[in-house]
Amino acid sequence: MVQALAQEMEWIARILSGERDLFHELIRPYERAVFLTAVSVLRDTSEAEDAAQEAMIKAYRGLGSFRGDAKFSTWLTTITLNEARSRLRKSARVKVESLDNTEQAEDYTPFLVADWREIPSETLEREELAKHIERAIEGLPPTYREVFLLRDKEEMSIEEIAEALGVKANLVKVRLFRARMMLQKQLAPYLKRELPQRRRWFSWLGGRA
Amino acid sequence: MRLDCKHVWPYISDYIDDTVTPEERRAIEEHLEHCEICSAILDSVHNILVLTADDRIFRLPLGYSERLHERIGAELAKAAPGDSPE
Repeated sequence: MVQALAQEMEWIARILSGERDLFHELIRPYERAVFLTAVSVLRDTSEAEDAAQEAMIKAYRGLGSFRGDAKFSTWLTTITLNEARSRLRKSARVKVESLDNTEQAEDYTPFLVADWREIPSETLEREELAKHIERAIEGLPPTYREVFLLRDKEEMSIEEIAEALGVKANLVKVRLFRARMMLQKQLAPYLKRELPQRRRWFSWLGGRA
Repeated sequence: MRLDCKHVWPYISDYIDDTVTPEERRAIEEHLEHCEICSAILDSVHNILVLTADDRIFRLPLGYSERLHERIGAELAKAAPGDSPE
């Protein structure tokens, strides 16, 4: 990790001093993340691709302003969010959703189901479940969708997300909680029930910490 | 610390991220131990997160990487990096 960061700083210095082609290598690990960040704002995948390309070009043009205070990935995320948001503002198709509306308390009572078990990975073979999930995520209020995808798709930390969005970590947590509960409520009914098995929630926690 | 179901729900997200205090963790787990409903909710949230992380959700458009590097290549050929992202 530390080594990867040192490597990035070295590459950035070399790109700035003339080895431009190294930029291809610098951004390769983040291609997917940049696309997903753009999707989190724009929803539409072809618009998100345009925004991702533009964000990468802006990152190249502004590379000299990267000081290494934040991680390169966080800096790139911020540029991508700005690019995607400015496209969203320009897009007349999208109605403006005010922060006030989306931060209001909603009903976060979960979908209640007793004795519910699911084996996740095979269920995605069911194409329609993948569609349900994408649509449910797309349907989240924008501020929740951003936080949710940055955390649960891109696996950024709460602190990194707070830094990229320019908000407090606590607000990130609140939005994340609401996003997850809204998705639980919408999606739990689609997940098929499996035969009861021994509960394992203690074992998977270790993997995410 | 003893929790009812509806007091457990707000903690589910933080519990998954492991950002609860040790005392909260103990209380939550004690509740989950005997509450099928809350443990099923926790399982379902967890599974939704596992599914979300799967590459089959929001697949990259076909040829995305090639088009991206082509565009970058054109930019690199055109200009040196500057010090303003705009």
